Amino acid sequence: MPNEVKAFKPKIVAFCCNWCSYAGADLAGTNRLAYPADVKIIRVPCSCRVNPMFILRAFQRGADGVILCGCHPGDCHYTTGNYYARRRMTLLFSMLDFLGIEKERTRVEWVSAAEGAKFAATMNDFVATVTALGENKRLEDLRCKE
Amino acid sequence: MQKIGVFVCWCGSNIAQTVDVQAVSDALAKEPGVVYSTNYQYMCSEAGQNLIKDAVKEYGLTGVVICSCSPRMHEATFRKAVASVGLNPYMLEVANIREQCSWIHKDKEVGTEKAIILGRAAIAKVQLNAPLQAGESPVVKRALVIGGGIAGIQTALDIAEAGFEVDIVEKNPTIGGKMTQIDKTFPTLDCAACILTPKMVDCAQNEKIHIYSYSELKEVKGFVGNFSVKINKKARYVDENKCTGCGECTTKCPMKNVPNEFNLGMDNRRAIYIPFAQAVPKVATIDPNYCNMLKNGKCGLCAKVCGAGAIDYKQQDQVIEEKYGAIVVATGYNPIKLDKFDEFGYSLSKDVITSLEFERLTNAAGPTSGTLLRPSDGKHPHTIVFVQCVGSRDTSGCGKPYCSKICCMYTAKHAMLTREKYPDTDVYVFYIDVRSPGKNYDEFYRRAVEQYGVHYIKGMVGKVAPRADGKIMVQASDLLANEQLHIEADLVVLAAAIEPDKSARPLATMLTASMDTNDFFTEAHAKLRPVESPTAGIFLSGACQGPKDIPDTVSQASAAAAKVIGLLVKDKLTTNPCVAQSNELMCNGCSSCEKVCPYGAITYIDKEFRMPDRTTRIRRVASVNPAVCQGCGACTVACPSGAMDLKGFSNSQIMAEVDAICQMK
Repeated sequence: MPNEVKAFKPKIVAFCCNWCSYAGADLAGTNRLAYPADVKIIRVPCSCRVNPMFILRAFQRGADGVILCGCHPGDCHYTTGNYYARRRMTLLFSMLDFLGIEKERTRVEWVSAAEGAKFAATMNDFVATVTALGENKRLEDLRCKE
Repeated sequence: MQKIGVFVCWCGSNIAQTVDVQAVSDALAKEPGVVYSTNYQYMCSEAGQNLIKDAVKEYGLTGVVICSCSPRMHEATFRKAVASVGLNPYMLEVANIREQCSWIHKDKEVGTEKAIILGRAAIAKVQLNAPLQAGESPVVKRALVIGGGIAGIQTALDIAEAGFEVDIVEKNPTIGGKMTQIDKTFPTLDCAACILTPKMVDCAQNEKIHIYSYSELKEVKGFVGNFSVKINKKARYVDENKCTGCGECTTKCPMKNVPNEFNLGMDNRRAIYIPFAQAVPKVATIDPNYCNMLKNGKCGLCAKVCGAGAIDYKQQDQVIEEKYGAIVVATGYNPIKLDKFDEFGYSLSKDVITSLEFERLTNAAGPTSGTLLRPSDGKHPHTIVFVQCVGSRDTSGCGKPYCSKICCMYTAKHAMLTREKYPDTDVYVFYIDVRSPGKNYDEFYRRAVEQYGVHYIKGMVGKVAPRADGKIMVQASDLLANEQLHIEADLVVLAAAIEPDKSARPLATMLTASMDTNDFFTEAHAKLRPVESPTAGIFLSGACQGPKDIPDTVSQASAAAAKVIGLLVKDKLTTNPCVAQSNELMCNGCSSCEKVCPYGAITYIDKEFRMPDRTTRIRRVASVNPAVCQGCGACTVACPSGAMDLKGFSNSQIMAEVDAICQMK
């Protein structure tokens, strides 16, 4: 229909640790488990490599949702990295409201290298949540203008 | 500005079917810095690799982006290809447009759009890539084995066989471990001493193996290929080089009432002792807690009778420093203490014993010279009850949640041997499940039931109560017959759960090796790297990694040895260049990074800085040891001043990717 408003396509950044979640995402691909193309993955060595600044930067640049995926607690390739990630994100998320970002736009999930199905399901669910929230407008004024 | 080449792979039709590869290479050609962009059917093929190599040479590319399958698949292939034409391999990035794009999207328009964005992110990252050099670190060609049980012995023998020096550190006066206390071994019933003691002697006689008995680790520093270790050799008050092991002193010592730990306290030894006849090294040791000479300065009898003049009451602990390329942990296990299990009456009666005590009671070198007698009155027991899973598979918190694995089999062995030696004995085994996987194991268990007439009863023992007349009342339920049983037993044998040795946890801290909640050492990968610790250069052998019987332990010991040999044959190790790096100008030496580093890779150095007023100032700054750092990046986020960064995944590189992905259209 010509007059219909173009459906909202959220911009979603997913940080995936190299050892578990990135491999889980690969497995989702190998098994042809579809999830929306709105999700773009950035590979990091470990979830503990993700600086809260990266997440704020993504929102600042117009991302509608940011998800961080790491190895399950206890399974971190670097022994304790995901525990650091969990603490840091808990702290960051507790302040998001104050920054003008809905909490639901961020998420931490543990996805192992064997959980392709969980990766796809997680992404489907997250994209649905973010799509329901709509465009991340509350931060607009703070955004860097190109 | 980099000169970047973009290579889009079709992967046959795997990518090309849902991604318009031509559109992707055209779109990416317009990105800043891109001087060459093309697509090809199979980039990973020889022809595809040649295409990349030729383009690097022809266009003088300084950065390469491959849009293809997952970097986990072919990143190494492509890096090798560009390295062969002189480009630093770390100037290459892979955009994953197969697993994370073409394979999950059906709409070609959507897939193409996403592939362009992923390619753009890779280009943005490669703009900021810097050439990285894999470092090299030398390998000390000597291995350390911690623990001298069958695991440690087998590992040491195999490493020595390959021609490398090995040191065994054993905390007891002799090597041999738990296996020395065992009488016979399942499923073949050959005697443990007969197969173990020759190996112990081999260790002692092998010129590549050095045994530090009665010694413990004091300090471990360094990293894979180059560990510095301090070993504390405890004073045994006997000169090892002079002592001939004749045993004269151990018969003359007047302190006769020292509980003998080799027989689990069921008989006594002297204050000067040799643990058992086949001990290696066969050297006497004085127990300072009982020796009158050491405690009060009165006695000195052993020194008088020693023909070799080996007794030295003034001997001191000695610290030995040595360097190693690899460390094998073989600290083994112990049965758990049963003081939390009052229902089994272990502390109430001498005739309620553990399986290891039973093992000593049936051993010819044991307190009863191998005759099965009740510890309380020395009479033959006629009814014996074996209780399985005492503290194993116990989620109540008193015991251990895991299966101790070896108990089903050794109980079948005990029951079988009892029935063979004393056919008039009634033997009951109470079990939750009988677990007998393993070669010839189930046959062995069935022999106990079918040929030897052992009464196997599925059910839990509720209460073990000693009676005044010496009998022990065992109250239990038979789950299959659904009835309560009351058995008047003469001897009750408890299959206590096994747990890692107490020394394991402080050792893990020293080695920065990881452990699970039960204090078993964690392997690097449960399936594919079962004998390596996640910490490079630390290997696992035997029951320190999980409950294991002797065949499994020996297999793992040899596997660990093979891994160690694979490490020690290398003269140099290449290190992962994607490691943390501290910007000394920005670092304020706050120690935040050091605290989060799981590998102890960060140390602090005092560095001299020139100040604007031409004075110099010395400041404490973080310094990363690239050979130890594994590149997780925990420190980069912990750093409050932004001084710490990770090569290959730098803050600016990740930010550039974020920007590229979020770019407004």
